[in-house]
Amino acid sequence: MATTEARRAAGTGSPAALDPLDFLDVDALLSDEERMIRDATRGWVRDRILPGIEGWFDRGEFPTEVAGELGQLGLLGMHLTGYGCAGTNAVSYGLACMELEAGDSGFRSFVSVQGSLAMFPIWKFGSEEQKQEWLPRMAAGEVIGCFGLTEPDFGSDPSNMRTAARREGPDWVLNGTKMWITSGGIAGLAVVWARTDEGIRGFLVPRGTPGFSTKDIERKLSLRASVTSELVLEDCRLPEEAVLPGVTGLKGPLSCLSEARYGIVWGAMGAARSCYQTALEYAKSRVQFGKPIGGFQLTQEKLADMLVELNKGVLLALHLGRMKDEGRVRPEHVSLGKLNNVREALAIARQARTILGANGITLEYPVIRHMNNLESVLTYEGTSEIHTLILGQAITGLAAFD
Amino acid sequence: MNIVVLVKYIPNPEGTPEMGPDHRLKREGVEGALDPGDEHSVEAALQLAGSDGEVTLVTMGPEAAVGALRRGLSMGGHKGVHVLDDSLKGADVLVTARVLAAVVKRQAGFDLVLAGVESTDGYTGTLPMAVAELLDLPNVTFARKVEVADGTLKVERQTEAGYDEVECPLPAVVTVTAGANEPRYPTLKGIMQAKQKPMDTLSVSDLGLSAEDVKATQEVMGLEPVAAKEAGEVIEDPEEAPGRVVEFLTKAKVI
Ligand SMILES: Cc1cc2nc3c(=O)[nH]c(=O)nc-3n(C[C@H](O)[C@H](O)[C@H](O)COP(=O)(O)OP(=O)(O)OC[C@H]3O[C@@H](n4cnc5c(N)ncnc54)[C@H](O)[C@@H]3O)c2cc1C
Repeated sequence: MATTEARRAAGTGSPAALDPLDFLDVDALLSDEERMIRDATRGWVRDRILPGIEGWFDRGEFPTEVAGELGQLGLLGMHLTGYGCAGTNAVSYGLACMELEAGDSGFRSFVSVQGSLAMFPIWKFGSEEQKQEWLPRMAAGEVIGCFGLTEPDFGSDPSNMRTAARREGPDWVLNGTKMWITSGGIAGLAVVWARTDEGIRGFLVPRGTPGFSTKDIERKLSLRASVTSELVLEDCRLPEEAVLPGVTGLKGPLSCLSEARYGIVWGAMGAARSCYQTALEYAKSRVQFGKPIGGFQLTQEKLADMLVELNKGVLLALHLGRMKDEGRVRPEHVSLGKLNNVREALAIARQARTILGANGITLEYPVIRHMNNLESVLTYEGTSEIHTLILGQAITGLAAFD
Repeated sequence: MNIVVLVKYIPNPEGTPEMGPDHRLKREGVEGALDPGDEHSVEAALQLAGSDGEVTLVTMGPEAAVGALRRGLSMGGHKGVHVLDDSLKGADVLVTARVLAAVVKRQAGFDLVLAGVESTDGYTGTLPMAVAELLDLPNVTFARKVEVADGTLKVERQTEAGYDEVECPLPAVVTVTAGANEPRYPTLKGIMQAKQKPMDTLSVSDLGLSAEDVKATQEVMGLEPVAAKEAGEVIEDPEEAPGRVVEFLTKAKVI
């Protein structure tokens, strides 16, 4: 290691081998520990996700039993410290997201929601009691969490949410409906954002609380190996200890979203890599007009474009990860990453689909599954339009949201 | 229980290994990993060591071989020893065994030495016996189950017909089969703790070995690809089949 680094510093390294799956030798930019975390996640995805994903996606189910395995591995809340969390850096978290999403966006979504949307607000804004009570069990995968911000009538514009909490004696009483909530139906704990007289606040709502119920959304054609639900709060009474004491206002949920979005910047490239890899192998073996279709210029152009965007996207993700680890990243930087990488991942998936011809539309190959999943990824955690407006505002100083 | 596990870093276990001009496996500058076979001996060691035992991982190999130790440490091993010395390039089985035996000897109070049955790159499958011989220890091979009760080692030794039950005193050298267990995944915490665990890097002279001790006496003269298997003969006619089978077996001097 030391000598490799010395050679690199001296500029006398030998040219990197051309690996179609790591064309720019990004591997060399990672630490041993980061590589090991990536490899451990990749191995788990290979053994536990890939053999079952076709069936889960087809039947529209998420195998909840993997929650414990993900906890055992240490992937839940991995970038948080203490309370049973692994405490990795942001780059390692990103690499794990990439490997999970190369399996299926549903699993990356589960891990993102658990770690960045449900555990993160407790870790960041919770009381010591709340942290002790929930984080170790969530890190172990014993309690599944969800994050309720979006409502039927308020998606991109959550500031006008209707779900409200009012004080009644020592208690809080919540009323409202949350919609499109990942893991809602399987969650033991919902982090629900509601308006109060003081502004928007976060509430910890355990499953089984009277007045709290969930209903799963059926007939999705995207992110099928993931539970998406409606949360209903009808005079749901919670004690004072249920409110997250550390934050008031929309910055609470938005800070969680910035964490999760960062993971998506990487995750999307995982899905893209799976599509590119599938298309590349297919192009080399499928013969038409007497030669492999990978030998036609039009196919090569597609593959080369995919390769270029994939490598740019991974470098972008790594760059944002390093900035995050140095404490220099801003939500606007993450917006740039999410906008680019999800857009390009979707383009790669669509190109890959064409290379597979008719085979591209079946579940036998991962491509159309990733393609359909990425439609959700394009929309959640801030739509591509909203991230465009965030960037527009950042560079012009003019807000164009309303 | 204090257990020493002999582990090997092998080039690219999932791909096709490349041979160098010296007819040896290219080991430097290639991606590698802990030999998948060794994961089973590490797992067995971790299970046997329990919460109060210690598992020491030992490897000999180039700079990159430290990856094998890191992997084992991230699974839960306690410390690593890496023998790194330019003079060991091209070491044969006997030299490797001398080096590893010298390392094992330095581990005060070890109870057991575990190794894989054979490496996934070289497939000689003779190293653990040589180490046992040099240490003058009993050696049980092909363990599909390893237990220790009242200071005695109990092994189910895989055979072609089934298994033998073997008992032997400790310390001993045991080779573990892939059927023995399901190796654990390294956890993220394990990976992060691995780099804080003690790791010794030793040279040949640190081990008290001479240049003569580590001089290979085997030389690889050349390489031949294994002849491709010929397709079997299929006899479709049921009338003809019995006679042809008897003829074939007679020719092979089986009957
Ligand atoms: C599978 C899935 C899982 C999800 N999981 C969660 C979850 O766990 N928790 C959670 O809280 N939410 C979740 N969501 C909800 C997601 O965050 C919202 O769908 C998203 O914020 C968009 O809201 P919307 O669907 O209401 O679309 P809308 O906000 O109604 O937007 C519709 C269209 O209008 C565009 N648009 C809106 N405003 C503007 C504007 N000012 N200028 C230009 N264009 C605009 C949008 O970009 C979009 O193209 C999930 C969604 C999906 C699909």
